[in-house]
Amino acid sequence: MSMDVSDSFFGGFSLDFGFLAEASAEITHSGLSALDVCGMILASVGLVFFLGAAVGLYRFPDFYTRMHAAGKGDTLSSLLILLGFGLITLDDFSMVGWLLVVKLLAIVLFIMLTSPTSTHALMRAGYEDGVEPVTKRSPSTKNTKKEGES
Amino acid sequence: MTTEGFTVFAGAALFVLMLPALYRVAVGPTSFDRLVAVNVIGTKTAVLLVVIGTLFGRLDMFVDFALAYALLNFVASLAVARYLNRTRSMPEKKPAKRRAPRKKKAKAS
Amino acid sequence: MYPFLVFVLLLLNWVAFSGKFDAFHLGLGAFSALVVTLLSQDLLFSDRNKSAGDRFAEAGRFLRYALWLLWQISLANVHVFKLAITGSGQAEIAPKVVKFKTKLKSDFAKFVFANSITLTPGTVTISITGNQFLVHAISEATAQDLATGEMERRVAEVFEPEVAV
Repeated sequence: MSMDVSDSFFGGFSLDFGFLAEASAEITHSGLSALDVCGMILASVGLVFFLGAAVGLYRFPDFYTRMHAAGKGDTLSSLLILLGFGLITLDDFSMVGWLLVVKLLAIVLFIMLTSPTSTHALMRAGYEDGVEPVTKRSPSTKNTKKEGES
Repeated sequence: MTTEGFTVFAGAALFVLMLPALYRVAVGPTSFDRLVAVNVIGTKTAVLLVVIGTLFGRLDMFVDFALAYALLNFVASLAVARYLNRTRSMPEKKPAKRRAPRKKKAKAS
Repeated sequence: MYPFLVFVLLLLNWVAFSGKFDAFHLGLGAFSALVVTLLSQDLLFSDRNKSAGDRFAEAGRFLRYALWLLWQISLANVHVFKLAITGSGQAEIAPKVVKFKTKLKSDFAKFVFANSITLTPGTVTISITGNQFLVHAISEATAQDLATGEMERRVAEVFEPEVAV
């Protein structure tokens, strides 16, 4: 079964999900419930924020500013996507479903705790290693005394 | 749009959005740039595992993988950051600083 | 009291993560939680002199602070998105490194404060030495937001009410 999946994944995106729909029919039923819609919206917003983080990682000028994009964009987008998929999966309010949501919340909490910590460790390593921060002379920083001109 | 379709879309989007980070891993000027990007990719892989679990309908199993992966990712990035911090800043910097003034003296005299 | 609290927390974690409720697995969980509690219960809750009422009040205040922090995280993400995508945001980037001293005393309060700085718009903590914070701000406006000290006041209200005011 796993071979089938990898074949279809790498053979383009026109997929036949008949067998997958069968496999997941016991958790997600065919019609869209309100929870599904909420989950989809949350996950989409999370994807948008992750787009911001990825573009920031690509475009920002130096190591420290890239760290801003990575450290902040990671947390909220992970939270939103995980909660969204939690809501999509949580269709029957059974014990198993609730345990699943608790585990997802544990992942979210863990990411919220560890992402700033590893950001901080990397920042400190970079700073003590002597990576120079870019300080661009833009009007907002250097002309604070001559505000009348700008 | 069905939930399956949306799940496939979300997984594909996550994968595509990892590419800028992968670019940063490939060309990042300093090793810390690469490390940041690897950290981001690792966090998103944990999320991608949850998405794949939803697709297979076995989220109860994949959620444990995602948890373990997030944990390992944190420990790995912390360990590498500490390693780079120790090895670079302690023994090599002081000789490098001493060498610079010597050259200036040689030029002056 | 504190060892018992640690034991209960560990056992709750075990139950949530295993998801099995038969006698064998619960017994195994209780045994593991007991062993871990005996070996390393001193790692959690560093200040053991606080009373239970103080702890619960602190947890309640921390929960309210976490909600405020969540709102700040959303603002930070919108800010990063604006900086990354739009042209005016790109022009706004003017990083600077800020140094300041904090009034917070306990290590945990400093840890929460440093993480909050990292998660709020435009600022990331670089290092803490003693009570000296080194912060990287992405633009002048965010550095000024930090200088007002509002977040430090909020953290102090949660963990050290006697320092705040």
